[in-house]
Amino acid sequence: MNYRIKSIIPQLLTLLFVLAVIGFFTINAQLNMEERGIDFGYGFLNQESSFDVQFSLIEYDGSHSYAKAYLVGLLNTILVSVLGIIFCTIIGVIVGIARLSPNYLIRNTAAWYVEFFRNVPLLLQIFFWYYAALRALPLPENTEPLFGVTYLTVKGYYIPRLLWENFDIFIYSILASIISIVFIRNYARKLQEEKGQQLPVLLISVGLLLIFPAITFITGMVQLDVTFPVLKQLSKTSFIYAEGISVPPELIALVLALSLYTATFVAECVRAGIQGISKGQKEAAASVGLTPNQILKLVIMPQALRIIIPPTTNQYLNLTKNSSLAAAIAYPDLVLVFAGTALMQTGRAIEIVSITMLTYLTLSLSISILMNWYNKKIAIKEK
Amino acid sequence: MININILKPTSSNFQTYLYIGSALIFMGIFDVFLRSFFNINYLTFLPGSLNFLFPLIIGLVGLQMIRLEYSGNRIVDKINQNINNNTFNAGLTLIIIFLTLLVIPPALDWMILEATISGDTKEACVATEGACWTYIKVWFRRFMYGMYPNDFHWRINTAFIVLIAFAFVGYFMKGKLKNYITFYYAILYPIIAFIIINFLISGGSFGLEWVETNAWGGLSLTFIVSFFGLIFCFPLGMILALGRRSELPIIKYISIGYIEFWRGVPLITVLFMSSVMFPMFLPSDAFVDKLIRVIAAIILFEAAYVAEVIRGGLQALPRGQYDAAKSLGMGYWKMQIFVILPQALKLVIPGIANTFLALVKDTPLIFVVGLSEVVGMLQMAKTNPKWLGYAMEGYIFASILFWAICYAMSKYSQYLELKYKTER
Repeated sequence: MNYRIKSIIPQLLTLLFVLAVIGFFTINAQLNMEERGIDFGYGFLNQESSFDVQFSLIEYDGSHSYAKAYLVGLLNTILVSVLGIIFCTIIGVIVGIARLSPNYLIRNTAAWYVEFFRNVPLLLQIFFWYYAALRALPLPENTEPLFGVTYLTVKGYYIPRLLWENFDIFIYSILASIISIVFIRNYARKLQEEKGQQLPVLLISVGLLLIFPAITFITGMVQLDVTFPVLKQLSKTSFIYAEGISVPPELIALVLALSLYTATFVAECVRAGIQGISKGQKEAAASVGLTPNQILKLVIMPQALRIIIPPTTNQYLNLTKNSSLAAAIAYPDLVLVFAGTALMQTGRAIEIVSITMLTYLTLSLSISILMNWYNKKIAIKEK
Repeated sequence: MININILKPTSSNFQTYLYIGSALIFMGIFDVFLRSFFNINYLTFLPGSLNFLFPLIIGLVGLQMIRLEYSGNRIVDKINQNINNNTFNAGLTLIIIFLTLLVIPPALDWMILEATISGDTKEACVATEGACWTYIKVWFRRFMYGMYPNDFHWRINTAFIVLIAFAFVGYFMKGKLKNYITFYYAILYPIIAFIIINFLISGGSFGLEWVETNAWGGLSLTFIVSFFGLIFCFPLGMILALGRRSELPIIKYISIGYIEFWRGVPLITVLFMSSVMFPMFLPSDAFVDKLIRVIAAIILFEAAYVAEVIRGGLQALPRGQYDAAKSLGMGYWKMQIFVILPQALKLVIPGIANTFLALVKDTPLIFVVGLSEVVGMLQMAKTNPKWLGYAMEGYIFASILFWAICYAMSKYSQYLELKYKTER
C-alpha cells in the first residue's frame, strides 16, 4: 500500500502540472483569439494564396491555394535535403577514410577540414557561400562554359534540359530492372549456400540496369531530346540563359554549405565505424585466405556499417532540419513560403506554425522509425 | 639477376637513386614554386597539358626512385613511411604540396600584403585589391556590442568580468563549504548572473540608464544567450533523462513525448513559435521580453538533446551500481544524486560538450526574431550603403571568432574527459 501511494503521487502531480500548463495556454489562446476576432480553423488552406514563389518544382502561381503553396515549400525542402544528403555522404566517406590514411599530409588535411568546418556556425557558412563566394561569379554575358554546355553565373547555374517522351515507360523499365536484380541476388545467395558457386552479381546487375532502359530507347518507345542553355537578352544590360534548367544560386549555396558542414560529422561517424572493427577480424579473414578486396567487402564493411549507420542517420535528420535555414537567404523552402509569407498574409500563427512543426516532426519520426527497423534487421543475432 | 624495373632501387645502388630522385622531386616543387610566386614558367617549350602536368610526373618518378623499405637513412625512411608508401599516396602528397604552393601567394596577397587597415572610411580601401580590414576596425564595436550605446560599453565589460569572477568562486570553496558547491552552481549562480545582467546591462535603476534588449547585440549577445542556455538546459535535461528512465509510466511517457517532440523540429521553427505564436498563449496584459522568450525557447529545445546524451550515460552504467546503492538502503533521489549521476555524467562529458557547442553555433539563428548577434550585425554592416562590398572580410572575421570559441571549448572538454576518466 505504502509503495503504491509512493508511486502514484509523483505521477499524479506531474500529470496535473502538465495539464495545468496546457490548460492555461489554451484558455489564454481562446481569450486572445476572441478578443481579436480570429476563429481557429484550417479552412484558409483552400483560399487563393495570391503570392508568387521564385523557384518551384511543380506548377504554381498566385492563383493557387495555400495548400499548394505548402506543397511547393515542402518539395523544395525535400529537394535541398536529398541533394545535401547525397553530397555530404560522398564527401564524408572520402574524408572519413582519408583521416585514417597512412599518409601524414592527407590525414592532417582531412583533420583540419573537419576541425574547421564543424566549428563554424552553419548560418555563417550559408551566408559566406551566398553573399561572398557566389557573388564573385561572372555575369551571364561574360561567362565561359563549364564542361562545354553548362554555365555557372552569378544568377545561377544553367544546365541543359532533358526533354523526355513517355518518361513513365522509362521509369517502369528501371523499376523492372531493379526487381530482376533483387531476384538474381536472391538466386545467387541460394546458389552459394547450396552449391558454393558464386555468380558475378555486380556485373549482372549493372548489365540489367543498362539493358532494360536501352531496349526502351531502341524500340523507340522513349525518346530523349536535350535543349542547351542559350544566352538571351532581356533588356539593354540584363542577360540570362534561356531554354535550359536554371539552378538558383540560393539552392547552390544552401547545398554547398549543408553538405560541407554535415560531411564533417559523417566523416567522424565513418572513421569511428572503421576504427571500431578490431584488428583480429582483419587478420582472421586474411588467415582463412580472403583477398584484401574480399576482406573489405565481406568482413570489414558489413561490421563497420552496423556502427556507422545509426549516427549517420542522425546527421541526415539534422541536415533535413538545418535545411530550414534556407529562410535566411530567401530560398523558398517550407519555412520561408509557409511559416513566412503565408503567415504574414493570413496572420494565422497557431495553425501555420503547428502545421510546419508537425511536418518536420513527421519527417523526423518516420525516418527514425525506418532506421530503427533497419537497425534491428542488421543487428547481430546472438544465440 | 636482371632487374627489369629500372625505377626500383636496391640497397646496393640506393645512393645513386637517392641523389637522382631528390633532384627530380626538388625540380618539380621548384617549378611549381616559381610558377606561383614569380609567375615564371621555364617549361614553355613543352606542349599544353604536358607542361601543366610536368612537375607531377617528375615528382612521382622521383618519389618512386627513393622508395625502399629500409634504406638506412633516417629522414628518407621517415618520408617513405609517412608520405610515400605507395604510388597513389605519393601522387596525393605531391598534389597537396603543389596546391598549398599555388594557394599561398594569392591568399597572402589578399589577406596581408595588399590589405588595408589604416583610415576610418571606405576611401582608404578603394585603391587596393586586397582585403579591407579597415571595415572590421571601424565596425568592431558594433560586432562586439551591437547597437548598445557607445558610452555604456563599460557596463557590459564589467558585467562579464564580475560573472567570470563569480564563476571561479567554486575553486576557493574549501572544507565544509565544498558540500554546497553543486548547490552554488546549480541554483545560486544562475540567480546571481541574472541579477547582474538585469541591473548592469539592462539598467533602469541605481542611476543607470535603461537600455532596451533590442539594442543588445554582437558577440556579447552571443555570450548572454549561450550562457543562460548552458546553465538552464543542463538541469532540465537531467530531470528529463531521469524521467525517461523512470519506472512510473506517466512520467516516462511525458518525458519521451517531450524529448521526441523537441528533437523532431528545427530550432528555427521553435524560434518562430516563440516570437509569433507564444504571445497568443499568454494573458493579453502579460508581456515577456523578446530576449527572454528566445532564451527560454533555446533552453527548452536544447534540454531535449542534453537529456538524450545523459540517458546514454545512465544506460551505460552497469546494473550492479543501482543494486549496490539500493542494498545500502538509499532512496531514489539519494541513489541518483550520490551514486548514479556522478558516474553517468562523467561518461557523457564529450556528448554534453558537443551539445553545448551546437548551442553556441545555433545562437546566430536568433536573427529570425530580429535580434542580431555577430552574424546578424555582419548582415547589417554589409548592407550599409557606406560600406558595400566587404562581405568577405566580415565573414572571415566572424568565422575565425566562432572557430576560436568552439575549438577552445572542444579542447577543454577533451581535457575534462581525461581528468575525470576512471578505469572500470
